[in-house]
Order: sequence, then C-alpha cells, then structure tokens
Amino acid sequence: MKSQAVHQGRLKTPFYSRLAALDTVNEWHEWKGYSSADSLYCEDMEYFAIRNATAVFDLTPMTKYRITGPDSLDYLNRLVTRDMAKIRPGRVAYAVWCDDQGKVIDDGTIFHLREGEYRLCSQERHFAWLQAAAIGFDVTITHETEDVAALAVQGPTSFSVLNNMGLQGLEELKPFGLAHFDFEGTELMVSRTGFTADLGYELWIVPDKAEALWDALFAAGQLFGIRAIGTHALELARIEAGFLAAYMEFLPADETVRTGRSRSPLELGLDWLVDFKKPNFNGRRALAEEKRDGSTWRLVKLDIEGNKPAHNSYIFANAKASKGHIGFITSAAWSPVCKQNIAIGTVRTPHGKPGSSVWVEIYYQREMHWNRMMAKATVVDKPFWFPPRRGATPPGPY
Amino acid sequence: MDNRYDAIVVGAGHNGLVCSALLAKAGKNVLVLEANDQVGGAAVTREFADGYSVSACAHLLYQLQPEVCKELKLAPRLSSGDMTTITLDENGKHVRLSGDAVEGVSDEDAAGYKRFRKRMNRFADLLRKYLNKPPPRLGSRDLKDLMTLGQLGFDIRRLGKEEMQEFLRLIGMNIHDELDERFESSLLKGAISLDSVLGTHLGPRSPNTIMTYLYRLAGGHGRVASPQGGMGSVSEELAHAARSAGATIRTKMPVQRIVIENGRATGVETEDGQRFSSFTVISNADPKRTVMELVGARHVETGFVRRIHHLRSKGNAAKLHLALDGLPTIAGLSKKDFAERIVIAPDEHYVERAFNPAKYGESSPNPVIEMTFPSFRDDSLAPTGKHVLSAVVQYAPYALKGGWSKDARETFTQAAVKTIAKYAPDIEQRITASELLTPADIEHEFHITGGHWHHGELTLDQFLFVRPVSGAAQYQMPLDGLYLCGAGAHPGGGVSGAAGRNAARTILSREKAA
Repeated sequence: MKSQAVHQGRLKTPFYSRLAALDTVNEWHEWKGYSSADSLYCEDMEYFAIRNATAVFDLTPMTKYRITGPDSLDYLNRLVTRDMAKIRPGRVAYAVWCDDQGKVIDDGTIFHLREGEYRLCSQERHFAWLQAAAIGFDVTITHETEDVAALAVQGPTSFSVLNNMGLQGLEELKPFGLAHFDFEGTELMVSRTGFTADLGYELWIVPDKAEALWDALFAAGQLFGIRAIGTHALELARIEAGFLAAYMEFLPADETVRTGRSRSPLELGLDWLVDFKKPNFNGRRALAEEKRDGSTWRLVKLDIEGNKPAHNSYIFANAKASKGHIGFITSAAWSPVCKQNIAIGTVRTPHGKPGSSVWVEIYYQREMHWNRMMAKATVVDKPFWFPPRRGATPPGPY
Repeated sequence: MDNRYDAIVVGAGHNGLVCSALLAKAGKNVLVLEANDQVGGAAVTREFADGYSVSACAHLLYQLQPEVCKELKLAPRLSSGDMTTITLDENGKHVRLSGDAVEGVSDEDAAGYKRFRKRMNRFADLLRKYLNKPPPRLGSRDLKDLMTLGQLGFDIRRLGKEEMQEFLRLIGMNIHDELDERFESSLLKGAISLDSVLGTHLGPRSPNTIMTYLYRLAGGHGRVASPQGGMGSVSEELAHAARSAGATIRTKMPVQRIVIENGRATGVETEDGQRFSSFTVISNADPKRTVMELVGARHVETGFVRRIHHLRSKGNAAKLHLALDGLPTIAGLSKKDFAERIVIAPDEHYVERAFNPAKYGESSPNPVIEMTFPSFRDDSLAPTGKHVLSAVVQYAPYALKGGWSKDARETFTQAAVKTIAKYAPDIEQRITASELLTPADIEHEFHITGGHWHHGELTLDQFLFVRPVSGAAQYQMPLDGLYLCGAGAHPGGGVSGAAGRNAARTILSREKAA
C-alpha cells in the first residue's frame, strides 16, 4: 500500500546535516515542529563559546512572518505597542504585541527589510492573530518559517569571523541594523541582533544555500574559536542578558485560562516599548488604565547572595517568610561570566523597586538530603551582562 | 461654529429617531443625518407601483414599547390592531390564533395552547423587563451593573423552582421539540414555527428558536398591529416628535465616515464632504457597518474587530409586494379576514424543509409566507377597489449561490406566488405589478449589512450582555464618544424603539455621572 500519511515526524532544519556531524551527546528537543539540539557536546564549553569566542546557533525554527502591502506600517503600528514609524528600512525593532486587555501575546523582533516590507520573528506561532489584526488593512501576511534558514553568530570574535568570510562593510552595521550581502550569487541578509547581549549577528538565507553558508562560516571561523551550540547554552546567556522568554517570564495571553495569569508590558518592565502617543494600538485602552491605576505585577532582575541557583523559588518581603510570598522566580542561574547568582522573577507591586531587597527561598540537595535557605537578593535594573563590545561600531577585532 | 452639535445621530431609522428625540427633549442640540430621502430606515412606506404603496421592509408592529410612546407622546394610528393570525389550510379548514385562544383545532390542543401561552408569556414578561434597560456588564464592579445582574438572577429564581427549571431548559432549545410534545394540529405547529423563525436564519429544529419566539412575545404578548399609512407613518410621527423637541433631521445626507481623532469620535463627514462636529456620535447603522465602514477597523482593537467581523448577520427573509386589481379568493375566508395576518406554514416540517435549501445557499422552492393586505382598511395605500399584498417570504439567503440575478429573483417570486396560489387560485390574474426585496436589496436600499432585519441574528450568543458583541453591549463602543443605538444593540430588532431609548438613557446618565 502506498503511504500517503501526513508527515508527523520532527522536521529537520537545512543545517541538520552539519549539526548532526558535530553532535556527540544526542540530546534534542522539539521546537515548533523542528528538531533542535539541547546541546551538541558540552553545555559549558558551548556557553563559553558565546562569551569568549563565536557561537553558532541554528534559529531556523523561529517563527517568521513576512508582512507586505501598502498598509504594512499602519498595520504594525496597530499591532505592536511601540511606534514603528521610527523604524526605518534597514533597522530592526524589538516589540511586544498585546490583546485588547493589554496583556502580552508575545515578544519578538520586526525587521524593516525594505521600504514597506517587514519580517516579524517570534518564538511562538501567531498566524490567526496576525490575520485577525489584518482585517480592514491592505496587507499580506505570509508564513515564511520554512523559507528562510537562519543562524545566530554570537560572541566577541563574531565580527572577525564574518569579516574573514568576506562580508565587506559589515563594520558599519550598528546594533539593530540589517544589511544585504551577496553570498555565492544569493542574497544573504545579516542583522546585528541576537539573544545574548553580546557582540553578535544573525544570518538569513534561502534554505538551498544553508549548508554552503555553514561551511563558509566555519572555514572562516576556524582560527576564531567558532563552535556550534544548543539551546541550553543560549538559555544561560539569555538570562544573563535579562531578556524575556515566552512560557518563562510570561504566558502568551491567548494561552492563559485563569484571570491574572497573563502579564502586561508594564508588568514586564517594558514601559519603554509602550508609546501612548499613538492614538490606537491593541491594548492601548487597557494599558492607559493600568498606567493610571497601577500594575499588579512587576518583573524583577535579582542579584542573589550565595551560589545556589534559585530555581522555582518563592520570593518573600523579609527573611522570616512571614505574611506569605510576594512572587516567584521565573528564570535562575549561576552566571559564570558575571560570577553572580542571578534570577528573573515576578513580584506583586509595590514590592521589587530597583535597589530594594527581597528574600528568596532556595531549596537545594546535598547527598540526597534537602536543605532550605533564605537568601537575600537585591533588585537590579540593568542587565546582568552588557559588555561595551556589544554596542561598539565598528566592533573591535578579537 | 455652525457645524458643532451636542450629539450627531447617523441614520434616521426608527431607533435613531427615538434616540434623537429623547436627547433633544433633554435639551441637547441634536443633528440626525439620513442617507435616504425618507426618514425611518427600514420602517418606511413607499410607492412600489403606480398608485400602490406599502411598508417597504417592516410591515407589522409587534412591540413598539409603551415607554417610548409615553415619553414621546406617540399614538400611532392603526388600521388593524390586535390582528388574528390565520394559518391557511388547503381545504379551507384554517386555524385562527388570537391571543391565548386558538380556533379550528381539537379541544385538547386549544386547552394546551392556553397553557403553553400562559407559560411563554410569563417567560416573555421576564424578558420584557430587560428590553428596556441596558444589559449589565459582566465582570463589572459598578453597582448598577451588579444590581441589574442580581435582579435578573432573582427574577429567574422567583419564577419558582419548577418554572425556573423549565425556563432554563427551554431558553436554548428548538421550538419543534416543544411543539411536538404538546400539540397534534399541524397547522398550529406550523404557525408557531413560523413565528419562531421569522426574520432569522433558523429553522424550527434549530436551537434557540424558543428564544426568538419569546422575543416576539416579549414586546406585548405577541399582539400584532398594522399601522395606518404603513410603517412610514410611525417613523414620520417619531421624526415629528424629534423635530418638535428641537432635533435637526437632514435627509439625503449619507455619512461617509465617523471621524476618529486621538482615539475618540469627534464628528462625521458626509459623502459630499461636509464635516459636522460632536463629541457624541451615535450610530443607528448596524454594528458591522459602523465599525468596518464608518469608523474603520484600524481605529479599534483587533479582538473587538474580530468579534464584529464574526457577527452573524446574513438575512434570510425577502419582502414581496404585489399590486392587485382586487382581493383574491381564498376558500374559507370571509371578507373581513383580509384585515388579519395570514400565514402559510401548513406544518412544522414544511417550515424546516423550506429552511433546508437556505443552509446551502439556495432559496426555498416552497417558501413560508406571512402576508397582510394593508390596503384593506387603508385607502391611502392603493387606488379604490384595488389592493396591496405585503408579504414576508422565507427563505431567501443573502448569499444566494450564484447571486440574486434577474432569473434568481424571478424564480423566487414565482415560488412565492405559486405558494399563495395554492390557497388563492386567482392570485396570478389579479397581479398588476410586483416587487421583490431580497436581503441583498435590503442591504443596498437600507444600508443594513447582510440585509438582516435585526442587524445581527438574535440568538443567545448575540443577546443581552453580548449584543452585538462583548465590549460594546452597553451602547458604548470601545471608542470614547461613540455609541450604537440600532437593532444591533440590545435588545434587538423589530419596531420597538427600545434600543434607541436605552441608548439615549445611557448617554444621558453617563453625562450626569461625568
């Protein structure tokens, strides 16, 4: 019998053959239908590639939508909370989009590829919402995740690697800028963006050229310590950068059932992304009300004493843990590069003002036995890791 | 500034007129802009053939609310009040329904009908109480909302345990099952089925048809009247009330758009480019037209637009007008019976079968018909000795497969005439002119999206707190200064004036609070 069943296995990205060749630990997970590596050989080594050399991460499974048409700017301006008119062609914007209640559906980056032509990237899929938002606008939304292969090339030597690969003029590219280059007769888009808060780039190309691009990149990077990495290493860098992740720091609003389980941009420390000067955007009425009446939650970045990561911890106002908890940790790690015990959490207002102290209840296991400690934590308002090289233009050679 | 008003009402439908009259009475400087050359929207009388006039869309008064009449001192003149419904039988053994009484059925059915009506009227009275107040907001902490919501719960509970259970059982149910359990007369079941589905995209076996029946009773226990001079006379009277109170009504002034500036309504712009300013803009247009065309989706938020976009508002009832050179002959009817409401729905299955093709975008070959002869007691509508037949004919789906071409219209007109001819064999010889208004025509001529009388299907999911959709169910749209006052708002369609009155009261009470 001829098999015509729908393909249900995990998809392989166009870089799969290259990743598989480097893989020694065989630890993979599913990311929006694709196989994505947790780690390829050693998480720690992969992490240090991000901070000390160049790390290459396959971000093809990231959801990508193309937004075109005469109304694309007006469309995006109604969709997201920030003012997209300020994002000129060749620039990239970090943005959040909300439902009518002002709760975050997701965050992502919007690339202004060319005049009136945009690409929106996010962790989750949002086609239904983007289509609903298109009612009454002359725009076309195309799902193009499979049509674009993408790599993150991050770390202090990343500029040197790409420069060595022959991308002329890359030194001019500022953070959140994008430029087009020729790669073997095909257009290669490079954006100075990333999820690591380090010097780094993202490379975008048609899937046919993916393997050739990988090979060229690794050949150019050989002397600069280039390494492929999995998501675990990236996740640690993400926490150090203080970036948010869906399903960690917030739940997509359309996935929540209980009231009070979603978060507004104001509750996620993203006030700077909400532009009330725009007369209308999704969530504006609710957010204006929240700004007036005060938010329920506040996102906090915590510098915690000791060296035990505060995974899944409750946060308290004082060391005695009286009167119940005021919030909980959403992401935590020992940061090797900062030499700090760091975490991101969510607390009820008015708690968690920058500079104030809170207490974190940490459980840890030592030789089977569990121990509990109350650790003092300071609320910080800057990212834990934000090296000058991230913003330097032209970037220095390493 | 000459063009500045306290309130601008877009559309002089009967609800728009009620709303503007009440606002003007409260001392507001009100401007009403109407696209057509007559006031009344779908409640107008107009000539459709030389010397013959008819109520163009709505033709019977069920539920003009006493509150509206009292506050605006209206006293519509009726050519027939409290009409009997005669449901035709091919053998002339017609069944007559009048109030709680029915003639032409078995004693058991007659007694059963009395019981049935008693209960239905009790439930309808419960609904009626809520027709004349804005529905409460769910999840609100406002005292008034909580009181209304609490009152609703209390009123349902106060029916008594058994009746409450019965109410909750019936409210979402289909009329067919209930009728089948209670009655044996097909004609009786057919007539009630028709009353339950008139003006909807529902058949008697569709859930929710008990609620639509209750809605029909809610206005005034189902009493039906035919206004002298057609429905236009009611609108004229309303317009007179509005003008006397100081409102300005301008016809032939189609509004192109509602002007939104910085997230609030600031006025309107007409098709000829004139601008009128007001911080209170009230739309008598249907919700879809209001949001999608007049305001523009980009000025409101995505979730709201999606709900409006998905409103079910495709009409399924056509209006047929026949100019007759004399009354037709119907066996078993006396002459005075032509003053009554005559329906063709010989049994409940007939009604459901008429609905079947409509599900697939086809018109009914054997339609159900509600007809009146408004000229019978009203000389103003037809030349002496001649008559007008005004009929609602179902089902004629808005989105007819292949569109409402000339052929499609001819086919449906013929289907209706042939259906009438089964009971009135000489009808065809008597026709001197005819006019068919399909939902597509109603959309075009009265600017109602989908040509639906109620500006949106009247079903539980589009009723009370969620009419037309959540986020706009209290007349206030999610834009400052913009309100709805038409049938798309609570409580819904029919020439009742309730939506217009509730909207006016909401606007005035908000102003008081501010």
